[in-house]
Amino acid sequence: MQAHLLEGGFDDAPRAASFAFRALMNAMARPGRIEWIEGACPPAPISAAAGAVLLTLADGDTPIHLAGVCDRDDLRGWLAFHTGAPLVGPGEAVFAIGRWEDLLPLDAYPIGTAEYPDRSTTLIVDHAELANTGARLTGPGIETETRFALPDPLSFARNARLFPLGLDFYFTNGSQLAALPRSTRIG
Amino acid sequence: MTDQSYNFAYLDEQTKRMIRRAILKGLAIPGYQVPFASREMPMPYGWGTGGVQVSAATLTPSDTLKVIDQGADDTTNAVSIRKFFERTADVATTTATSDATVIQTRHRIPEEELSEDQILVYQVPIPEPLRFLEPRETETRKMHALEEYGLMHVKLYEDIARHGHIATSYAYPVKVEGRYVMDPSPIPKFDNPKMEMAAIQLFGAGREQRIYALPPYTKVVSLDFDDHPFEASKAPQDCALCGASDSYLDEVITDDDGSRMFVCSDTDYCEKRREGQAA
Repeated sequence: MQAHLLEGGFDDAPRAASFAFRALMNAMARPGRIEWIEGACPPAPISAAAGAVLLTLADGDTPIHLAGVCDRDDLRGWLAFHTGAPLVGPGEAVFAIGRWEDLLPLDAYPIGTAEYPDRSTTLIVDHAELANTGARLTGPGIETETRFALPDPLSFARNARLFPLGLDFYFTNGSQLAALPRSTRIG
Repeated sequence: MTDQSYNFAYLDEQTKRMIRRAILKGLAIPGYQVPFASREMPMPYGWGTGGVQVSAATLTPSDTLKVIDQGADDTTNAVSIRKFFERTADVATTTATSDATVIQTRHRIPEEELSEDQILVYQVPIPEPLRFLEPRETETRKMHALEEYGLMHVKLYEDIARHGHIATSYAYPVKVEGRYVMDPSPIPKFDNPKMEMAAIQLFGAGREQRIYALPPYTKVVSLDFDDHPFEASKAPQDCALCGASDSYLDEVITDDDGSRMFVCSDTDYCEKRREGQAA
């Protein structure tokens, strides 16, 4: 293992993770709102925000799927050291990370069961465009309506129709992130 | 002064991650009870072990914490939980609702309207609204999956048949976003309409190992019938101390002869009003 993989974690894990989680929670509770998340320096190709999401939420209990170009030795080593999360295919993943086109198709991921809808994958769409333009979002967490630049609004509308089953999404870029839970209605 | 022999906010990091994942799934599926591996806490079940674990996973060092028990900041449960986090997380604490960023509550929603920057954490004894109607978890889980809530309406109907009105006055069941029936914890039904708020609401049940959540502005409807609509009731008096007519009142027995007075259950609200009147 190379020494640089040991770096890039949270400086003061309990406190840094608490701030990072606050950003994650505010984002998930207010779909489409863009939050700052800091403290992680993951190896390429993932963004600092995506790294912070995984440092905050992933551990030995949460299998991760590395999609497309994310599936690299550097990142595997970094995640193994900092989170200990097992790496798996999309069908068993609690978290999946990658660019939007690499994460597809969405039907490869578990969407939960009628009795346990929480047993579904959270996808981290990295290097996504974060902008409050485009698709119209309504639902829990949104007072009237908001807009967010979704990569493919139709796929998300289809996911929302599965409610209470379905996938949940984080969109990350640089040190920013936004979320789209299954409960948000599109259009 | 933080007690350095504890991790920040008492719980170890792996436990916090597990609770945080449950909170996020709870927010993504409003009203659905997410199972979590509740830990032993240094307080007995029934004293807010669920709320404390949710607060511990939520607090940041820059938060200001308020803890209330039935609206009061100065009762044993509230004081001891506030001290617990002062010691283990070194967070600032307050009794003023508007100064708090995280409010842990047992059985009340503060009178003052909460803002977008606040988080309300409920202590929940029995998270399953159907539990007293159906004791088997396997069955209630199926009922939620199938959206089979007829039994709950039968219970409310029996209230009407027996008492002439819906006699359920606390832990009044609600339907969230037209999907899950949820127990709002034993808050008085007076507080039910306040649940559509700007703040994030998190619910923790320690003994029952469940976490659930409401994102801001989530649609929360108290169950009722067309001819017996839901009514947020309170004692038909004004507060004997501050004169408020719009706040939820506690009945206090003042002597052995049965004399009584009605006072605001929200102590911060009552004190602020009295300070305002004195000034």
